[in-house]
Amino acid sequence: MMLQQVDPTLDPNFEPEVLWFALSPILVLVGGALFLLVVGALTPKWPKGLSAFCSATTAGTAGVLAIVNWDDISDRGPQTLVAGALAFDKFAMWATIVITVSVLLVSLLTDEFIRDTPNDGPEVYALYLVAAAGGIVMASANDLIVLFLGLETLSLALYVLAASNRRSDPSAESGLKYFVLGGFASAFFLYGIALVYGGTGSTNIGEMVTAIGNTPAGDNDALVLAGIALLVVGLGFKVAAAPFHIWAPDVYQGAPSPVTAFMASAGKAAAFGAVTRVLVSGLPSFRDDWQPIIVVLAVLSLVVGAVLSVVQTNVKRMLAYSSVSHAGFLLVGVEAAAHTAGDATPGFGISSVQLYSLLYAVLVIGSFGVVTVVAGTRDASLASFNGLAKRKPLLAVAFTIFLLAQAGVPFTSGFVAKFGVIRAGINEESYALAIIAMVTAVITAFVYLRIMLSMWLRDADDEAPAVSVPFSAGVAIAIAATFTLAAGLYPAPLIELTESIRLVR
Amino acid sequence: MIAAEATSVGAGAFPLLSAMIFVPMIGATAVLLTTKSRPEFAKLIALLSSGMTGALTIYMLKEFDRGDAGFQMVSKHDWIEQWGIGWHLGVDGISLFLVVLTGILFPLAIVGVTPHHDEKPYLAWLLMLEAGVMGSFLSLDLFLFFIFFEIVLVPMYFLIGGWGYENREYAATKFYLYTFLGSAFMFVALIATAFIASDSLGGVTFDLVEIAEGGNIATTTARWLFFGFAIAFAVKVPIFPLHTWLPDAHTQAPTAGSVVLAGVMLKLGTYGFLRFGLYLFPEAAVWSRSLWLTLAVIGIIYGAIAATMQKDLKRLVAYSSVAHLGFIVLGTFAFTSQAITGSVIQMVNHGVSTGALFLFVGWIYERRKTRQIAELNGLQKVAPIFAAGFMVVMLSSIGVPGLNGFIGEYLILLGSFQTARWWTVVATAGVILAALYLLWAYQRVFHGEPDEDNQSFPELKLKEGLILLPFLVAIVFTGVYPKPLLDRIEPSVDRLVAHVAANSDVETDPSYTTQRGEFDNGHGEEHEDDEESHSEEEGEE
Repeated sequence: MMLQQVDPTLDPNFEPEVLWFALSPILVLVGGALFLLVVGALTPKWPKGLSAFCSATTAGTAGVLAIVNWDDISDRGPQTLVAGALAFDKFAMWATIVITVSVLLVSLLTDEFIRDTPNDGPEVYALYLVAAAGGIVMASANDLIVLFLGLETLSLALYVLAASNRRSDPSAESGLKYFVLGGFASAFFLYGIALVYGGTGSTNIGEMVTAIGNTPAGDNDALVLAGIALLVVGLGFKVAAAPFHIWAPDVYQGAPSPVTAFMASAGKAAAFGAVTRVLVSGLPSFRDDWQPIIVVLAVLSLVVGAVLSVVQTNVKRMLAYSSVSHAGFLLVGVEAAAHTAGDATPGFGISSVQLYSLLYAVLVIGSFGVVTVVAGTRDASLASFNGLAKRKPLLAVAFTIFLLAQAGVPFTSGFVAKFGVIRAGINEESYALAIIAMVTAVITAFVYLRIMLSMWLRDADDEAPAVSVPFSAGVAIAIAATFTLAAGLYPAPLIELTESIRLVR
Repeated sequence: MIAAEATSVGAGAFPLLSAMIFVPMIGATAVLLTTKSRPEFAKLIALLSSGMTGALTIYMLKEFDRGDAGFQMVSKHDWIEQWGIGWHLGVDGISLFLVVLTGILFPLAIVGVTPHHDEKPYLAWLLMLEAGVMGSFLSLDLFLFFIFFEIVLVPMYFLIGGWGYENREYAATKFYLYTFLGSAFMFVALIATAFIASDSLGGVTFDLVEIAEGGNIATTTARWLFFGFAIAFAVKVPIFPLHTWLPDAHTQAPTAGSVVLAGVMLKLGTYGFLRFGLYLFPEAAVWSRSLWLTLAVIGIIYGAIAATMQKDLKRLVAYSSVAHLGFIVLGTFAFTSQAITGSVIQMVNHGVSTGALFLFVGWIYERRKTRQIAELNGLQKVAPIFAAGFMVVMLSSIGVPGLNGFIGEYLILLGSFQTARWWTVVATAGVILAALYLLWAYQRVFHGEPDEDNQSFPELKLKEGLILLPFLVAIVFTGVYPKPLLDRIEPSVDRLVAHVAANSDVETDPSYTTQRGEFDNGHGEEHEDDEESHSEEEGEE
């Protein structure tokens, strides 16, 4: 079966290793998860922090393997793996890097957050790793069924993670809510796959594109268009784009903060990977049909996310709505990619989306990291951040950096990310969308200012609980803050890497 | 043509302009690293770095070649190559004195005012603000300009919010959001400019000079883009009706914040119009001039009337800024060499005189803990030197001949009268209104018998006098002998006016474009002639 995939330009003797090695990031993550679960169950209680260490190491290893694979792709060109089921291209590897970096940072955050609680143990970390493997499959899938497998792997792990604080009602509620609504969305997505299969005769993205190209226009359009509509509903739910965002604030608020960080970073990166695979890679000849849908989703996400974030009083909900608005920004990049979907020379759309998802992943983990440290398992009300600058100046500085970056202030990674997608949009002459995006960014800036205001200018309540920064969480936040600033000051290397991203089918 | 000139200077030499941005930035970092137990270190470092920046600007002034109309001391490096973004700095006659003003105003503001708490972050924010303002005035790359233009909001937000007065949170947020909203449009417009210009430039670049000289942007497109930029600048200036953030921000800001805000930050808007509006989109600027002239004149009259009504001295000065900046906008959109030269001079003058007025208001507040005009009276009796200093600064703000304000306003009105006659006629009324509100305020605050509360109003301290001295020197020197300034400003302004004339259908009559006659050929005496003739006219009025 694999022999079909041999690229004649490659040395045939070398080929099997390349293929196994190409899959290595996923294999390492799954292996790490199994190791944690099996060995964790069979051995006595592990020393503190060992599970988190295992999880971080596994993710780091997978990330390094992805970087090595990236170089291989640079040298030998992209290809498809496992009978065309997975794409082995720079897009997939970039998504792998984003997701593994997220797992690494989130593991550091989780460590002392669940330590000495009944929730401690290897399970949470194993779920992170499984979810990451699912996310990577989503972003590298070259077959809709495979993509669905990845999506379900990621989603099921996330449902459990959301409910993983077993002593907390909001956490259970958030897990259940996510599960029910997510199950709905998955059903939509699956039905969409079925309809597209009916229209094209294949679920393989490469074969789909060939089939559509060979069919006279209009023959099976109705089936495929209906399929696209359902696929977009499913994907819109996963990326938390308005009007499919309703679950996000509740789930983000109820889930344990590190899990929220994971959903907002790795979850979003994987979901946008899937959006790109399905729409840009898989359905380029229908780009005129789905591009307007993306415009509507983008505008709604930007406006709804911005406006509703203003009226929140809970920081986690604020950040949840702001992540809806960030999804809108990412959709601006997808919209730009729509204009050149399937063309030989892609515009800046895909590379800007990938750049955004890396930069956003790091800074959103940093943001929720600070929330984790400050609020703990308590309600993350705005008042609990009062006077943080006096109580924990460095933490306040870090949070300020993250918030400024979310607002898109220059010299932070957030500015570079926004610049990238807006630039991609303007290059395709989507001026109106660009202006709407920037104006809504002003509205969300108000939210970030409110948080900064309470940190810097308000005094803490007398009975405010003391904030202590655990070592590993501190490391994660420091890494995220440093990266946010460094990428803002000198983004050229990252931009160069993302501009070489191409899709293969 | 300018691109060739631009690279002629500065290659390999000491990166003077970059240093002017990095010194305060490093200073800010150093201030943050000082220990809490030794607050005097923070102040010392802040003074040293801002003072050093000031010294660098003076050195730049000395090195500046007054005959060269192009950009000088250019520093050009790649920064984000993939996006066509470079670190491109340069100074010409239009930005020269604004940079010097920035360099001198900051150390004075740092010495002049002691914040009431948490000095360390306060100083760090001020230094960061200085780096941002410097960067905005020196940038010759659209992207670079934008990030400096944006980044100044953050320190200013924290300065107002952290060290301001009773209503500071509202004022700081309003200031930030207003300006940020304006920038949103500029952000889109500047990326679009780079892409649209790339068709004729053969590649995407954000370099101001390249786009302006070779951009070839279609007329209608350029008008849209111009408005994208103009909204950001109009908010920053602020032009009526986008001015409402200004009185709040000025009044609530700590004294040093107000000084810097009025002194240099408002000029980012008017400077932006000259450097980016007119230079990039000359045709669009000419096409929309009636709008800007009308809004400018409304601003002049409205600002003056609103100032007259104020009960709070600081708010009064804030509204007077709206009026003064109206004059600058009027001059900018008159498109004559004289008027634009006047605008550039007036930007500096306004920075000096309004900066000093805010210092005085700050000192009054420190002494009396109030800024209400009704609660102040008879201060001249108890503090005559203080009153005299205030008087000089105030007269400069009114535009009395012999002081700096007159030179700027006179040049603006003279230059505008030729191309925007009726607007100028109305604007002239603003000059009289300025006399009305400032003299009336002076009368209420300083004249009469002091009541009990004002009996013990302390006299001007030596330190305050020393801080005031540079302001007074600048006021009198510019008023009496403006030639050194004009000589340096005019070549660049002439070039800009010629650029506008060459790229638009504005009257190409040479008398509109090169009005240097009086100031170019003649020397000192002729200025005084001009002043005398005008002062006679004012006497008649």
